[in-house]
Amino acid sequence: MESIPFYFLAALAVLAALGVVVMRDPVYSALALAVVLTALAGLYVLLSAPFLAAAQVMIYAGAILILFVFVIMLLSPGREGDAPRGALKWQRPLAVIFGGALVAQLALVLLMTILPTGRGLYTPEYLAQIGSTQAVGAALFTDYLLPFEITSLLLLVAMVGVIVLAKKKS
Amino acid sequence: MTVNHYIFLSAILFSIGAVGVLIRRNPLIMFMGIELMLNAANLAFVAFSRQLQSIDGQVFVFLILAVAAAEVAVGLAIIVALFRTRQTVNVDDVNALKG
Amino acid sequence: MTLDPIVITLIEAVVKTIVVIVALLTAFAYLTLVERYVIAKIQSRIGPNRVGAIGGIALLQPIADAIKMIFKEDFWPSQADKIIYTIAPGIAVGTALLAWAVMPLHPSTEIFGYRVDFFIADVNIGVLYLLAIGSLGVYGIVLGGWGSNNKYSMLGALRSTAQMISYEVSLGLALVGVLMISGSLSLVTIVEKQSFIWNVVWQPLGFIIYFIAAVAEVNRLPFDLPEAETELVAGYQTEYSSLKFALFYMAEYINMITVSAIAATMFLGGYQGPFGILPGVHWLVLKIMFFIFVMMWMRGTLPRFRYDQLMRFGWQVLLPLALANIFITALVMLVVGA
Repeated sequence: MESIPFYFLAALAVLAALGVVVMRDPVYSALALAVVLTALAGLYVLLSAPFLAAAQVMIYAGAILILFVFVIMLLSPGREGDAPRGALKWQRPLAVIFGGALVAQLALVLLMTILPTGRGLYTPEYLAQIGSTQAVGAALFTDYLLPFEITSLLLLVAMVGVIVLAKKKS
Repeated sequence: MTVNHYIFLSAILFSIGAVGVLIRRNPLIMFMGIELMLNAANLAFVAFSRQLQSIDGQVFVFLILAVAAAEVAVGLAIIVALFRTRQTVNVDDVNALKG
Repeated sequence: MTLDPIVITLIEAVVKTIVVIVALLTAFAYLTLVERYVIAKIQSRIGPNRVGAIGGIALLQPIADAIKMIFKEDFWPSQADKIIYTIAPGIAVGTALLAWAVMPLHPSTEIFGYRVDFFIADVNIGVLYLLAIGSLGVYGIVLGGWGSNNKYSMLGALRSTAQMISYEVSLGLALVGVLMISGSLSLVTIVEKQSFIWNVVWQPLGFIIYFIAAVAEVNRLPFDLPEAETELVAGYQTEYSSLKFALFYMAEYINMITVSAIAATMFLGGYQGPFGILPGVHWLVLKIMFFIFVMMWMRGTLPRFRYDQLMRFGWQVLLPLALANIFITALVMLVVGA
């Protein structure tokens, strides 16, 4: 039952990811990225993490990407001036070759190793029973309380930093 | 669907993102490449989380979402500031510190 | 003949989806008439009273409007981005309709010995789903403004992005109080828990914050900066005409119905009657109509905010109040022991 939606979403994600990289217009890239993010949210549902799927759509597609689109519109950078110049001309073909090599390498490693199977508490059935929101929340406020608090500090620092950067010098 | 399928998909997405950062010269699109790489890592986290029947991977993804939000806000502010001072969105033009 | 249970579930879902969509589209058509009539009465005018009038109200006006809309010229701005210009209204309507997948409409009942649930899906992340879909609604407006390649559209789109992102925060936080009381993200559970006392009794502040933020979220007066006609012509929809304009219009009205339905479900007990009297879909419809009437009333009465006032109000009044509401709710629950 899982394989049809998986292959559909996986193909969608890969095609849209290629779109992000090759589109000339930044707005189209952003839209392709939105498709990738939504497809990944679908995959999270398949992996019995519906809470993360909703968070992914809400935070990534709904807030972060909108910020991208906002900045693209603000700057209207247009389609020109996206070619590497001078000494960096050889970077493009090389990057594609190394990207292919990276995929091949990772595939090789994956084929050669047998990944361990856990026997933990959080089986998909258990997650469906208590709800993934509750499971993540409980872990977040017990075992991961310190990282969680540090994240809030990080967000505050980022906010202050952005205000300093964006403020007009008077 | 075994965990390998998801990890392989994650590897493909990560590589596409990395290539995107390397071949594009528009900082906005390079940034989107970085987001692709982050999301590929997230997918791997969630897949492993199910494989190991542990919730830790999902918690990490949640924290990564927060970090990504902070990162994007700062990064976009830098791009806007850059555009204001240099009137360009090509990273090759940003070479004032080049010796 | 016995059918596979999966096939039955599938047929049931398709039927429910079609019924909900048809109901929403009909409601949209007649809301345009109601709005014109209500605004006319507020402004001491007569209002539409010609097409198929019964008792002074033009009951066939929506059909006449639809026919007019379809036969208008479909205008394309010369420098428009063809693809984005075309898909933007579709995105707007699609995201507006998607929210109804989790809305509980009526208590589950037995019909001919077969249990029927009056919602399309009961997911245990229902409220998060609503917020996620709601946050995607910005795309339609932003892309419409960008694709038209028009300065007014662009300004309207930029404004609405900033406005919707700002008020979305307060909107989400206003719902957190309800979630804390109910202890569930499932809309069905939240409604069932309100069978006797509605959440608005415990969450009056959250309710007010939600409603204000919701009005801003659907770009209605006094928050209709994205389409302020006195300065931006028509904002993001300036260049749209014919069916594409109708789609934007439809998205706007369906969003009104949706935020009203969410307010009714989260705070006023959804399909539950007061003190448990005769629960049913009629209560939900009544509550939605009440909220929509208030929105029309506000449109007929209030002047538009200035843009800096709008932003200051959102970030410096609404957001701190929403946070204080969560804090107080948590404190009370801690003291009382939930």
